[in-house]
Amino acid sequence: MVIRGRVWKFGDNIDTDVIIPARYLVTIDPAELAQHVMEDIDPEFASKVQPGDIIVAGRNFGCGSSREHAPIAIKAAGVQAVVAESFARIFFRNAINIGLPVVEAPQAIAETETGDVIEIDTEAGTVLNTRTGKVYQSTQYDEFIQQIIRAGGLMQAVAERVKARQQAG
Amino acid sequence: MGMTMTEKILARAAARRSVEPGEILEVAVDLVMTNDITAPLSIAEFKKLGLERVFDPQKVVFVPDHFVPAKDIKAAEQSKIMREFALAQGAIYFEIGRAGIEHVVLPENGLTLPGQVIIGADSHTCTYGAFNCFATGMGSTDIAAAMALGTTWVRVPPTIKFVYTGTLPPDVGGKDLILYTIGQIGVDGALYAVMEFTGEVIDKLPMDDRIAMANMAIEAGAKTGIFGFDEKTREWLARVTDKPYEPVDSDPDARYQQVIEFDVSNLRPLVALPHLPSNVYPADELEDMPIDQVVIGSCTNGRLSDLRIAAEILKGRQVHPRVRCIIVPGSQEVARQATREGLVDIFLEAGAVFSTSTCGPCLGGYMGVLAKGERCVSTTNRNFRGRMGHRESEVILAGPAVAAASAVLGRVASPAQLN
Repeated sequence: MVIRGRVWKFGDNIDTDVIIPARYLVTIDPAELAQHVMEDIDPEFASKVQPGDIIVAGRNFGCGSSREHAPIAIKAAGVQAVVAESFARIFFRNAINIGLPVVEAPQAIAETETGDVIEIDTEAGTVLNTRTGKVYQSTQYDEFIQQIIRAGGLMQAVAERVKARQQAG
Repeated sequence: MGMTMTEKILARAAARRSVEPGEILEVAVDLVMTNDITAPLSIAEFKKLGLERVFDPQKVVFVPDHFVPAKDIKAAEQSKIMREFALAQGAIYFEIGRAGIEHVVLPENGLTLPGQVIIGADSHTCTYGAFNCFATGMGSTDIAAAMALGTTWVRVPPTIKFVYTGTLPPDVGGKDLILYTIGQIGVDGALYAVMEFTGEVIDKLPMDDRIAMANMAIEAGAKTGIFGFDEKTREWLARVTDKPYEPVDSDPDARYQQVIEFDVSNLRPLVALPHLPSNVYPADELEDMPIDQVVIGSCTNGRLSDLRIAAEILKGRQVHPRVRCIIVPGSQEVARQATREGLVDIFLEAGAVFSTSTCGPCLGGYMGVLAKGERCVSTTNRNFRGRMGHRESEVILAGPAVAAASAVLGRVASPAQLN
């Protein structure tokens, strides 16, 4: 899969409280959550972000709470993928589970700026910055995680298993 | 080759003789938990599978605790979705007035036992590692899958062993130990790893302090924190359950990603300044920080021993005129015991608020939301930007002794500064 989009750059330790503040966790409606995405780090972000954009950030992206509302808000705002130096583990799982591509590309972060256009090739494991022409390596997913991604998310993978189990009897 | 206690638990749950860090396993779960914020998403995902029943209603737990008693109509609707599903499934359900904060309530009810695998749609599920089990937070979809299958996938994490040596000084407890540790290794210092807490200081440490430490393993990025099983664990559990369990211990030749030793004999009561739990300083070095609010409670420090520490300091003293002091028991049981012991009277006489049990203020939900520019000393676990309210408000993390002393003096203070 090749994902091409315009970059919004953030720093280290972007926590789930700034991605989607707890005061909005009274709904599970993705569109409503998207209206407040990144509100406590950039109150204008929800109005600036365009469908197809990509978030690029530093270390430990998505640290803090287990709220799946965080990747849901990012995805529903139209963000195609998140590229970071590293991810907090619960956020990483949540993003894979709901079908939001998350890519670890430690070398790509420092030289990428807001407004750059980058191209992520998930099969090749590369990130290309079209402004500088530089190509960076990204971490490859395990086969197990790739299966979840190919199924379209965790529940799709689970549904296949439940169906097989029911047919078996 | 030996295994760590975490590897042994995961091997057992995967019906394997041995496992190695990095392997992906499917493990049976002993308990699956969600709360009023995360359950509605889990339930929506679960229902898509078309299954009628969860895998085992006696292993699926629902705890309303974040926005309850319902703070507004939308929160009430979320709680209602959870309540109706839990009751229809015959699952374990803890209603308000009979329960409290999930990570206080589950251990109190003997639901978190040594050797178990527990997952919860709350990042502080790692709290139960204090009881020698593997417990970790996940998102709502992972929990929905586990509610259906009775299993989950885990990558076997590497373990970092922490060895605490020396003698713990007065007014220093589990909260100070974990803040110190996070201050040393950083908020991603244990990313994807398990923090195994050991050493002579840990051997002597009361259970409530161990619980506070395990609770905040997530604030170092860890998959979980875990403690060995000893006489203290056994005594604590004997009061709440007669169910059998199988403790685990790390082998002498177990492999660790890293071993980190701290001599804590000179530790002073600590605080973590905004906006990261790793931003740690001794409380008595910060004399010029006036505060507006103090919160004593939460899944980190809302237990009886925490309230006793706060009461000892507040007894015969008054909360500073400029400060709102909000005390939140971790559970109904903690509230009842605090009432019996006269702690609640001490709080009320000191001019503090004594609330029902809730997560409310910790995450800026309700019961103590901060206005722009306000500053709060809190015994909770996160001081991220906007965590307790306005994005330009500040949360300073501390243990109950520092929080109570700060409430009296109206500024960040250590208990020693009261005299």
